[in-house]
Amino acid sequence: MDLRYSDEEEQFRSELRTWLSGVLPNLPPKPSSTDWPGRRAYDAQWQRLLFDAGYAGVDWPVEGGGRGASPIEQLIFKEECERVGAPYVGTGFVGLLHAGPTIIAEGTQAQRETYLAPILRGDDVWCQGFSEPSSGSDLASLRTKAVRDGDEYVINGSKIWTSHAEVADYCELLVRTGPDDSRHKGITWLIMPMKSPGIEIRPLKTIAGSTEFAELFLDDVRVPVANRVGDENDGWRVTMVTLSFERGTGFVGELLESMRILRSLTEFAKRNGSWGDPSIRRRVGTLTASFDALWALTKRNVSEAARNGVPGVGGVVFKLSFSEQGQALSELAMDLLDRAGLSASGLNGGDGLGDLPNAEYVDAWMKSISLTIAAGTSQVQRNIVAERVLGLPKEPK
Amino acid sequence: MDFELSQDQRDLQDGIRAVLEGSLSLETSRGREGRDDVVDPKGWTALLDAGVFGLFVPESEGGVGLGLAEGVLVAEEMGRVLVPGPVLSTMALAPILDAARDGIAHGLFEAPARGATAPGLVEHPDSIHALVLLPPLEDPVTEPTLIEHGDLRYSQVLEPLDPFTPLGVLQEPYPVGVSLEGTSSPQLRQRAMVLTAGFQVGIATACVEQATAYAKGREQFGRPIGSFQAIKHLLADALCRSELARSAVYAAAVTLDDPVVATREADTLGCSVTQLQWRVVAGAKILADEAAITNARTAIQVHGGMGFTWEVPMHLFLKRARVLSSTFGTRSQLADMVAALI
Ligand SMILES: Cc1cc2nc3c(=O)[nH]c(=O)nc-3n(C[C@H](O)[C@H](O)[C@H](O)COP(=O)(O)OP(=O)(O)OC[C@H]3O[C@@H](n4cnc5c(N)ncnc54)[C@H](O)[C@@H]3O)c2cc1C
Repeated sequence: MDLRYSDEEEQFRSELRTWLSGVLPNLPPKPSSTDWPGRRAYDAQWQRLLFDAGYAGVDWPVEGGGRGASPIEQLIFKEECERVGAPYVGTGFVGLLHAGPTIIAEGTQAQRETYLAPILRGDDVWCQGFSEPSSGSDLASLRTKAVRDGDEYVINGSKIWTSHAEVADYCELLVRTGPDDSRHKGITWLIMPMKSPGIEIRPLKTIAGSTEFAELFLDDVRVPVANRVGDENDGWRVTMVTLSFERGTGFVGELLESMRILRSLTEFAKRNGSWGDPSIRRRVGTLTASFDALWALTKRNVSEAARNGVPGVGGVVFKLSFSEQGQALSELAMDLLDRAGLSASGLNGGDGLGDLPNAEYVDAWMKSISLTIAAGTSQVQRNIVAERVLGLPKEPK
Repeated sequence: MDFELSQDQRDLQDGIRAVLEGSLSLETSRGREGRDDVVDPKGWTALLDAGVFGLFVPESEGGVGLGLAEGVLVAEEMGRVLVPGPVLSTMALAPILDAARDGIAHGLFEAPARGATAPGLVEHPDSIHALVLLPPLEDPVTEPTLIEHGDLRYSQVLEPLDPFTPLGVLQEPYPVGVSLEGTSSPQLRQRAMVLTAGFQVGIATACVEQATAYAKGREQFGRPIGSFQAIKHLLADALCRSELARSAVYAAAVTLDDPVVATREADTLGCSVTQLQWRVVAGAKILADEAAITNARTAIQVHGGMGFTWEVPMHLFLKRARVLSSTFGTRSQLADMVAALI
């Protein structure tokens, strides 16, 4: 148990700090969350800055064009970026965190040459076409069918909850190539250009009022066989390989952001008088303790990843716990806002101190509701903890 | 940075576990349940021989020369088998009292906060040779005082909640005692808090393990109860609580041990090193208390009617968790403390 950073790690940190302090003041203002082309351009510009400074794909191996930083440096990277409010990956999420690493691990040389550099430079945006209307938690039941026709697959079916689909250039797509009942033994991983004829995108409005994700309807979409990553019917394994890239830093940005929101909530509580209420102070104190503990757990996960390649038990413990604490935080924000929480657009406090933080908090509250749903629901995560970690017997079929 | 245990730490963990299995298993300890003196002299000697009381004492002074990071590992192992007696207080006092490092049992008592209604309860009044009195939390300046056992006036509490923690009501006014010159009360309190939290993590972990084992074996409706999701989810949540608390407790211990780590974290969080130390220690104890109490309740629930019997030891975990959550700051007091620090 040694929580000191090494000299090299501190060196990495201080260089990054210097770079961030030089580059951040010159960033343009953030586009509104509904301005998708604007968001894409903003994220691309940030990614390009990272690329030029040698910080693109911090977590990617050097062979893939990344920096090949250790898990601990990845942690420092996220910590420093969040500390000064640097932009997130945003629309670059799937490309940088999922599709890119998959292609590095499982793609052909030609695929690596074609797809990796544009992701790192921020030129290409990817989306993830895994979930379907009838296949969510039970992803292995997916039905979108791909049939071989010469050098091409012909794809029919539909996908849902595809984040950032509207602005994406490519989709990492899971399709059924085996018999209908082949489950995870009959799935193939394809790169689908989003310009392909036959793709219809229907944006879905989220409870936050935004169009964060969409439905994809695929009607005789033709994708070259050369776009297949891994073997036919081996797509389930290919997908799992990417998951094993998780180095315990998956939600670090979100965690540090929650800690920042908690500090700003404290200031707000002091401003509006609720700090006098001991039950509010205790909620703040307990949440602080929980987030500090999650920060400690992150260090533990990252250390385990540095040693063994994967974060171990702590990864799923983190996801479950953080989802709940994130929701507790946003409930506290709503309680503090009182009736100002009834609007997501800016309100003036009328106390002479200017605007209330209601827009930010209400938006965060609505988004937090998806924490226990997206990327594996909490119920499914609990099943995983119970069966894989505690070794409890599986549900009878 | 490496959060994983070092080989030496793992060896220490294994060593302590072996000692406890040999002389202080829960089964053995249960033989002394409900006695005024729950300390089994053989078990106590085994702890002394294993170096438990000399853990924090520098090697140059004949101790083991380790830090709180190792202290919490030892406390955790003790928590798993509910080692009875004033072990944590004697450990916490060893760095400042020669007698404690020689294994002479000492108690640690916090003066009740101003306006508190609860009586001043001393643990293990018949087993300790002296009692160290910590000033109330809000007083960081006054040094602790030592009161010899012969000067204590107390009446025995008849039915202590935890049959392993006999209690006495200390009569007021408390004896004056001898001031422990040069001893920092905050440091002593923090050491006691972290060790207590480590013990609680041991309780929380043992509860998950034992309830999981039971859920695998017990069958209803023709299948193990552990195959029911309702049970799985109870246990998954329990595991999350103990793992999260463990991370917090280990990190708090290292933060107290290593000023370089404390300085770096204080910089990240934008607070002073002193504030950071209180914050992580208090936070760790909040989570550890919560994990111990809630996991023990979960373990009882998973055991069904068996869990409500005296014979099945789950209630002993719950009761000890309650004792420990009432010392060195309750969850509410500590949450107030953390809130005041940010
Ligand atoms: C904001 C957001 C963004 C997303 N982005 C993407 C994306 O980009 N690409 C993509 O492919 N997908 C995406 N998803 C989809 C996400 O992965 C699924 O929503 C998730 O896996 C759950 O599937 P479902 O919605 O079909 O719910 P269901 O699987 O139908 O679940 C409904 C309820 O049943 C419970 N349940 C289901 N199975 C079990 C079980 N075995 N035991 C106990 N309870 C169970 C669930 O916990 C849940 O409460 C996104 C989702 C959200 C909310």
